[in-house]
Formats: sequence, C-alpha cells, structure tokens
Amino acid sequence: MEPFTVLTAIAMPLLRDNIDTDIIIPSREMRSVSKKGLADGLFAGWRYRAIGGREPDPDFVLNDPAYAQARILLTGANFGCGSSREHAAWALGEYGFRAIVAPSFNPIFRANCVANGIVPVVLAADVVSAIAQSILPRPAAAPVTVDLVQQLVRTAQGALYSFQIDAEARQMLLEGLDAVELTLKQEDRIAAARKADAEVRPWVYL
Amino acid sequence: MSGTLFEKIWNAHLVSEIGPGTGLILVDRTLLHERTGGVALKSLLAAGRKVYAPRQAFAVMDHIVDTLPGRGDKTMMPTGTEFIRATREGARAAGIRLFDLNDPNQGIVHVMSPELGIVLPGTTLVCPDSHTCTQGALGALAWGIGSTEAEHALATSTLRVKRPRTMRVTIDGTLAPGVTAKDLALYLLGKFGVAGGKGHIVEYAGSAVRALDVEGRMTLCNMATEFAAFSAIIAPDDAVFAYLEGRPFAPTGAMWARAVESWSALRSDDDARFDTELAADARDVAPMITWGTSPQQVVALDGEVPAFAAGHSAREAYDRALSYMALEPGQRLAGLPIDAAFIGSCTNSRLSDLRRAAAILRGRTVKPGVRAICVPGSTEVRRQAESEGIDKVFLSAGFEWRESGCSMCFFAGGESFGPRQRVVSSTNRNFESRQGPQTRSHLASPETVAASAIAGAIADPRKLGR
Repeated sequence: MEPFTVLTAIAMPLLRDNIDTDIIIPSREMRSVSKKGLADGLFAGWRYRAIGGREPDPDFVLNDPAYAQARILLTGANFGCGSSREHAAWALGEYGFRAIVAPSFNPIFRANCVANGIVPVVLAADVVSAIAQSILPRPAAAPVTVDLVQQLVRTAQGALYSFQIDAEARQMLLEGLDAVELTLKQEDRIAAARKADAEVRPWVYL
Repeated sequence: MSGTLFEKIWNAHLVSEIGPGTGLILVDRTLLHERTGGVALKSLLAAGRKVYAPRQAFAVMDHIVDTLPGRGDKTMMPTGTEFIRATREGARAAGIRLFDLNDPNQGIVHVMSPELGIVLPGTTLVCPDSHTCTQGALGALAWGIGSTEAEHALATSTLRVKRPRTMRVTIDGTLAPGVTAKDLALYLLGKFGVAGGKGHIVEYAGSAVRALDVEGRMTLCNMATEFAAFSAIIAPDDAVFAYLEGRPFAPTGAMWARAVESWSALRSDDDARFDTELAADARDVAPMITWGTSPQQVVALDGEVPAFAAGHSAREAYDRALSYMALEPGQRLAGLPIDAAFIGSCTNSRLSDLRRAAAILRGRTVKPGVRAICVPGSTEVRRQAESEGIDKVFLSAGFEWRESGCSMCFFAGGESFGPRQRVVSSTNRNFESRQGPQTRSHLASPETVAASAIAGAIADPRKLGR
C-alpha cells in the first residue's frame, strides 16, 4: 500500500449527506472478481446519462474538466453508508482519490479507506463547506493540502483546520503497512489467547 | 466489575491493545458470500496465505445466484458465473465449508447462519456484508467488514478493531396488533435519522424488544447498519437458547448445558454505563412505509409525504428524493398505485415473515398487472414453508415462488424491476436504483407488501376486510 504523508491537490466538492456505496459504485458495475477495473464505474448512476451507458452527464461534478485532476473529495455526512462493498474504496482509489473530507463516515467504509491508503478526514460540515468555497472559482489555482503528519487541512488561502484520526489508522496510512503482516507478528499471543479461550468456551472451537 | 454486554464480549476476545482505543480481537466466525468473499479468498491465496482456522470459516452462495427454479452456475447477472466459481474454488483451496447452490442449507448468509447455529451468543462473527448486524439478535458481537478485513480475519483469526462507543436504545411499551419489528426498525430510523447510531454498538433493550420473537429481533438488528451503527446486539435469553437448541452447529449434551450457563451471564449489568442512551415508546409505532430514497424518509402508513423540515436531511436531498419517487409534499401514501411487490431479503424472508404474509394472502389474489415475488431466505425456510402449504397460498394468490437468495433486494445487472416502477418491498434499502434502474422502492413489513399486492396500491394490512 502506498504510504500517505502530505498531499496537495485539486479538491472536488460533492456536498450531499448520506451518499451510499450503491451510489459510489453500483452493484452492476462490479463485474469481475477483482479489486481492479472499477474506476469507470465510480458514481456511475450520477456520472453517465443512462444506466449501464458511458455517455457523461455534463451536469455531474466528476465530469467538470475543472476537477479532472482532483485527488481530494469534499463531501457530506455519513459518507459510504449502505453496503459494505470495499469496491467503493477501490473505485475511489483507482480513480485517483487519496483523501476524503466529510463530517462523518460509515464505520465499515472508513475502515475500507484505511485499508486502501485513502485518508478519511473528519471535519465539521461548516468547515467542509468553507473549504469547498475556498476552491472556487478556479479549483486548479486553489489546491487543498491534506497533511496527515500534522493532522491538518490547509486551503490555498492559508486557512488551517486540524482533524483527529485514531493512532492506529494514522500509522497504517503513514507507513503503508500491511495489517496482516503486522498482526502475524503477534501470532504467539493469538495462539495463547485462543488456547485460553478454548478452555472457557470450548463450544466455539468444535 | 460491572459492564455492558458489549464490554463483556469485547474483553473476552481482546488479544491485546494495539493502540489507544483499538484492540486486536479474536474472531470466532468468519462468513463469506460469493459477491465479496470470492475476492477476499482469491486475494488471500494469491498472497500465499492460509486460513488460520478453516473450521471457523464458512462460505455460502446467496447474493447473485439466480432464484428461478432449476438454477445453476449461470446467473442473469453478466459475469455472475465468475463470482460463483471463484468462491467455490477459493473455498475448496482454503479448506472451508461451503454451502453451495444446491446444498440443503444454502440461504442468505444472515438467515442460514442462525438457522444452523453457526452464530452463538457471546461469539464474535464477521462477514463482508453490512447486514451482519442481523446476527447480533442472538447475543453475538456480529459486524460487517470489508474484503481486506475479511482476508485479515481469515489469515489471523483476529481483527484490528476501533472500539465503538456504546449506545442503549430502550423501547418499552407494547407494539399494537399488526405492528411488527420491521415497523419498529423503520420508526427508529425516522425518529433518530440514518446517522443516529453513528459509530456505536447499539444494544436494543426494553420490554418491547424482549417481547419480540427471535426472528423479529433479527429484523430489528438487521437495519442497524441503516442507522450508521457499528452493529447491534440484544442480550440472549431463554427464547434465544430455545431457538438454538438442536441446531446443527450448536453444542450438544453436557457442552450445551455449560454453554447456556455461560450465555446466561451475557447481559449488561444494572449499573452499566452507556456513552449514549436513546428511548422510544412502542405504543407510538404504527405500520410504516418509506416515501423517499433513504430509510429515514419514512412515515406511518396512513400518513402523508412530509413537508421539508430542517434536520436529518438537507433541502437538496429532500427535493431529489421527491423527484426520484415522483411524489409531492402532503401526498397520501396509502392508495398510491404500485407496479410490483417483493417479499424477501435478510430483513424479512424468514418462516414467520412468510407465515404472516400468507395469512393476508390466503383466499385473495394479487391485483392484475402487479408483479409479485416471494423469495424465501433459505432453502430450509422454503422447505418448511412448502411443508405447511405456504407456497400454495403465495402461488394461488399470484405470487412467484422462488429459490432462496438475495434476489431483487438489489440490482446486480441481471434481474430487476423496471424504470420508474413503484415497488413495495420487505427489504432494507430504498436507495436510488437499488432494485433496478430508476426503480422506486417503498420499504415496509411483509404484511404491508402482501396487502399492497392485493390492493394494487400501498395498503394497510389491518384494514383488509374478511
């Protein structure tokens, strides 16, 4: 996984609450048993004129050339609600998003982001709106910085907003760690815990 | 030491603290389905890793399999066969038990797992599926994860988990006749909003919860993911023990007695403290129906589309939902003509759901022009329903009677309802295009779906004359 430290990039505003993972990547766009090949399906229901089609709807922000190089998504509360499909994080990542700024995230989606090197940044709704305002009218001239080292978001005008992220997630993202490898370093402790538990709750291990 | 039910299970499974607020937690059961599990297995094996405890992992085909009679590996979903075969091969290579298409125990993962006693009180259970919270109804800590987390759980028998905050939702009072667990779940979403349980493990408590049968509790817990909760749980009691006794994967004999004794201690202590407490009165709950494209956009069945009010939803979302659903503020929901009716999904496809719907359908027929479908939640539910003659009731009313699976709870590119068709559905999500491109879904109880199918319009099952 690619480590994340500091990113300065164009931010794209999609300030709606409760954007669900069916919207981020519709089930019909998950065509192969793979983590790849999903970017074209990102926001497919909003992005294309017809279901299953590929003709862009010019009214949808993702199709606005001003945001073609966007790497940061500014969005509403409870982002990533609904289905647990990790394809939502894979599609966002493959498209190029590395950070998502929202007032809150669905817990499964948030974990999926961390597992895929996408930083879930939690900031209050009025702050997200203020950042969205700061990039107008020329997003390319007003890039946003997400600094995971200092836990700060900075606008091109110099406004600074600090955010919280739990230490475990921050470490994984900063170092691009493989969680399985990390956990297997505790294999002895896991084996011991299972052995002790099997004496108390043998029916679990039948 | 006093604590909540969640804390007791968490502490019993904690291998180590791996950071402030994050624990390495033993995972007792990992469940997979072909939609997301195939990717996890493929990726795990490609990384050269093995399943740590194959006997504690299970896989099932449910999401994209056909539910038409005579089904096989071919499905209506383009490339669906690839998912089925990858999961079958992955399960075989990993040495885990697979409930394949024609297995008598096949079914929707959250229906067949309790049915087989795979989920047990006090266990931790994960599945790459957001409705895993359903299984919290049996007193397990069961939660939905992503595919990468599923790989982690398979490879290590643990997960790195950010400890959720605790919430108790106490529902006292008695549900009125004809008002069900589904109505209660929808009522809570309307009252507290779809972010109401944000980041919490929700314990449902109170006399109204205690009075629900085990299947009703599963329906209530099922929609906790719609509440943005980490998961939901209900303290196990005699009803749960009676439900589990004799199930194929439940302990037996002396081990059963020992397990029940241990499970009996699984409840929040009287002086346990929760981070958040919410309360509701069961007497306020009526049969409910959603009008919008979020489960919180819900009203009583005899109500009307509400005017915009600041709160859970922003103006844009409100307007967008109305336009998508082709409704106006003040419009009555009852009497709205429908095109289709669907009974199925991990929310409402169990035997008790089908029995209650059949009681409404018996001797009646679906309004001509309405497409009505019933998809039993598991092959075992279907078999039991058929032994009771419930299939005949559905069929003679004009319903399709299907093989078990997730079916048209969602649209995966194969079978769907039509554009702009209005569907009353016993499922859990009314998102845009969830059940088909531009399909308009109204969530309700199986009784309401049955009554609406007969009326050809959204109808209150309590008002059907005999």
